[in-house]
Amino acid sequence: MDRSKLKIRPIIGMEIHVQLATKTKLFCACPIEFGAPPNSRVCPVCLGMPGVLPVLNRTAYEHAVRTAIALKCEIARFTKWDRKSYYYPDLPKNYQISQYDLPLGFDGAFDVPVDDAAVSNAPADGAPADGEPEGGRPTDGGSASGRPESGVAAGLRTGRSPRKTSGTESTGYRRVGIIRAHLEEDAGKNLHEKPGITQVDLNRTGTPLLEIVTEPDLASADEAYNFCVELQRLVTYLGASEASMQKGQMRFEPNVNVAIEYDGREYRTPIAEVKNLNSFKAVRDAIRYEIERQVSEWMADPDYVINKRPKENRGWDDVRGVTEFQRGKEEAHDYRYFPDPDLVPVEVDDAWIESMKDSVGELPLERQARMSSEYGLSSADAATILADRATADLFEEAAEAGHPPTLGKQFISFWSAHANARNTTIAGLGIDAARLGELSKITADGLVNATAAAIIAEKMLSSSDTPTAIAQREGLIQTRDEGQVQAWVEEAFTKNEKAVQDALANPKKQQQARGFLTGQVMKISGGKADPKVVGKLIEEKLAKLSQDL
Amino acid sequence: MTATLVEIRDAIRSRRTGAREWVEQAIAAIERLEPQLRALVSYDADRARKLAREVDERIARSQEVGPLAGAPLLVKDNICTRFGPTTCASKILENFQAPYDAHVVERLEAAGAIILGKTNLDEFAMGGSTENSAMGPTRNPWALDRVPGGSSGGSAAAVAAGMVPAALGSDTGGSIRQPASFCGITGLKPTYGRVSRYGLVAYGSSLDQIGPFARNVRDAALLLEIIAGHDSRDSTSVNSPVPRYTAALDTPLDGVRIGYAEEYFGEGLDPEVRQAVEAALDVYRSAGATVVPIHLPHTKYCIACYYLVATAEASSNLARYDGVHYGHRTAAPEDYIDVYCASRQEGFGPEVRRRIMLGTYALSSGYYDAYYLKALKVRTLIKQDFEQAFGQVDVIACPTAPTPPWVIGEKINDPLAMYLMDVYTVSANLAGIPGISIPCGFSGAGLPIGLQLLGPHFAEERLLRIAHEYQRHTDWHTRAPQIAAG
Repeated sequence: MDRSKLKIRPIIGMEIHVQLATKTKLFCACPIEFGAPPNSRVCPVCLGMPGVLPVLNRTAYEHAVRTAIALKCEIARFTKWDRKSYYYPDLPKNYQISQYDLPLGFDGAFDVPVDDAAVSNAPADGAPADGEPEGGRPTDGGSASGRPESGVAAGLRTGRSPRKTSGTESTGYRRVGIIRAHLEEDAGKNLHEKPGITQVDLNRTGTPLLEIVTEPDLASADEAYNFCVELQRLVTYLGASEASMQKGQMRFEPNVNVAIEYDGREYRTPIAEVKNLNSFKAVRDAIRYEIERQVSEWMADPDYVINKRPKENRGWDDVRGVTEFQRGKEEAHDYRYFPDPDLVPVEVDDAWIESMKDSVGELPLERQARMSSEYGLSSADAATILADRATADLFEEAAEAGHPPTLGKQFISFWSAHANARNTTIAGLGIDAARLGELSKITADGLVNATAAAIIAEKMLSSSDTPTAIAQREGLIQTRDEGQVQAWVEEAFTKNEKAVQDALANPKKQQQARGFLTGQVMKISGGKADPKVVGKLIEEKLAKLSQDL
Repeated sequence: MTATLVEIRDAIRSRRTGAREWVEQAIAAIERLEPQLRALVSYDADRARKLAREVDERIARSQEVGPLAGAPLLVKDNICTRFGPTTCASKILENFQAPYDAHVVERLEAAGAIILGKTNLDEFAMGGSTENSAMGPTRNPWALDRVPGGSSGGSAAAVAAGMVPAALGSDTGGSIRQPASFCGITGLKPTYGRVSRYGLVAYGSSLDQIGPFARNVRDAALLLEIIAGHDSRDSTSVNSPVPRYTAALDTPLDGVRIGYAEEYFGEGLDPEVRQAVEAALDVYRSAGATVVPIHLPHTKYCIACYYLVATAEASSNLARYDGVHYGHRTAAPEDYIDVYCASRQEGFGPEVRRRIMLGTYALSSGYYDAYYLKALKVRTLIKQDFEQAFGQVDVIACPTAPTPPWVIGEKINDPLAMYLMDVYTVSANLAGIPGISIPCGFSGAGLPIGLQLLGPHFAEERLLRIAHEYQRHTDWHTRAPQIAAG
């Protein structure tokens, strides 16, 4: 069989576990702390001692519901808790408290930017075109129904839409249906550090996890990768999770199979679920590997199709870069789900759901589009500022009194540099919005130049004076007095004869030499010279010298 | 010891008889009777003496003491205590030391009560005779060859024999009321949610409830006052005020309507039991109550429903006893699966294994709808039966058990016959309503017979008042077995 004659279309759904950012566990008051000594963050409840009872952590429920709202899920008015039974040493009760048939969120959708213009131009909120802010994305694909089956993505999955590859900037969105989102408790960890024995650490037992299950709406390893990245951005933006990969706070399980078109017929390979991936890269690599493996297996064995082979679980070997068979359907557990009689159902009303919606507010993608158009920021700069919600809030507050595009440049350049150097966020620097705005304004107004602005910023970190006051004190107010600037220019020309000669004689070095001379003038002026005036006077001087030649 | 809890309390407070003396009396009774009765799993005389001394010292210094100060009590060994082991009468928890006190233990100790030790039970409270105990059976103080009932047989026998004035048990399908009936004492199962289950080792979580055993209704009311109330550690514990049950006891009955359901007087009811219960209804009639016929049409499904719900929950609740984290672990496992299989096989007795298997089956994929789910639907119908009945009457009166206590070993190889003995008690657990058993006579062979009264949710005050009224007119509750006199 000629591989090149096959038309291959991957079908990918995701199951994601997100650890919620609560101080204490889901059903007891034990603190959640990564890296604590083994079995030091446990109590009779999470150890599953005889006679103990679970009590729901309300904050975990709120984080879960807020995330489900951000994923455009329907929020259940009535949910309950179910026991999922299986025996494993890291599960002290030998059942996990989870939600089986009544998840807290269901029927949602998440729009993921993909490098594929043809996918869909659905707006992030699925609103009609006229609902988008000016300068926002076009919305021809916007499906208000939000249902993946009826939406644009579903059409694509059957291969009806043309596909094309776009450039570097994302131009399209893949609408990924969210089947359900539910809350459950994590298990502990089995440690195999010593030969021949297994030790159990139950610190993680009872940590709240939000499990999110998507429709099989993703069509490539890259899309799945983007989906995971965007989901991480979303949950951290919401404050629902720290979503640290290193701490295992996000874990991914892609369900992968492939539709193969050959000789006018379509064949589908059996679904493989790759268990417990803990990095974006592993998600992408494992899916790529699975696609190739499944196609090869089908080419070698025509019975390797979904109705003749069971679904299987596979594990990812990061070192060898392969997936390995773990368990087939015939070995699947009977989890014997039933409602947990120790917990009461959760009933919420519309007012509570509204309050949760209010606390979610504008979602990152919507806000990115709005900020980029409202403040004249590039999409990438807006995304950088949005990486931290408090920083984005600070930006918007500062923008009111400041000059937004200049403020954006200052956020991206020196403010983020200062934040990084201090291992914090811009909001974490503790500089108030009024002063941030003022600095952008005096820069944009030409009262200080960009170089001076950076110096002022540094002083602002250790002083509560206004930027204008600092500029005055430090003598950084720009000089537009042409007589004074002319004197600095003369000095620069005198001190840098070689550069002057280059500027006059060597056309190749002319541009570089001018830049150099401008820099020298700025240096001599102590950053006070207005660069526009400097440029003008250098031009005039060079013109005059060249005439004199 | 024949004194009641109220008498002991008053004697200690008025400095007539110190806590130490009562505790010594209890210890002496235990030492004398325990070899015959086997009512206890463990007890700690030294600890009790020390606590009694502290109570006496406080009283001597005129310091404030709790409402049960100095009263010697026992609790069923499926209620967790920091002191002594909590075994559930199972080999799998033979050496288990709980790291915390159950809510009821905290409440009792805060009230000044002195918990002498832990009483025997059917393993994990599964049974109605206390024969299913890894520690061996407890004997009925009225006839040592007979069962004391169960599963709280140790607590019932201890109170009946005069080891202590009162004790705690737990009731999942009749495990307080039926042994109270078999031992001729008073036993109350409160409304589900009235008493926190925190620290009660779960059997059937949606059915389990802790309650008191005592020699009369007043003492039971006093104990309930102490242990009832909201506990944030139990999500199913109800946050409603606890009435002063003892204060309402003497309010006269006026126009009380007592329901008589013929479903509770049908086939399988021992004629002597029927006679005693019907005589009790006459006592109520002459006290001014009206007996009103009612119907509880789903009664015939109660046993099947109960044994599905209870075993399903049990199969899950008992999954944690696996030999991995605590409790019995098999000596030389082949692999980690064998740690589970062998530890559990060795650790659980036959009745517990039977119920785990029944429950696992009922929850299995393909059987869930036909068994567990159907049982839940029937449970709703049973609840509705009671709701309708309590629209017509204040309480329902019926036998607690269909027969007087049987001979030890008689039914041990016939689990179904044993299950059918729960026919009058399980419905209260399924409906979540309170029930009380009080002595109402004796069989020709001198075996106690119990009258059961059932009330609507949170109507303990009414139930206790009506039960107390019966004890004002009769003296069955004052009779003690020969063995108690020594």
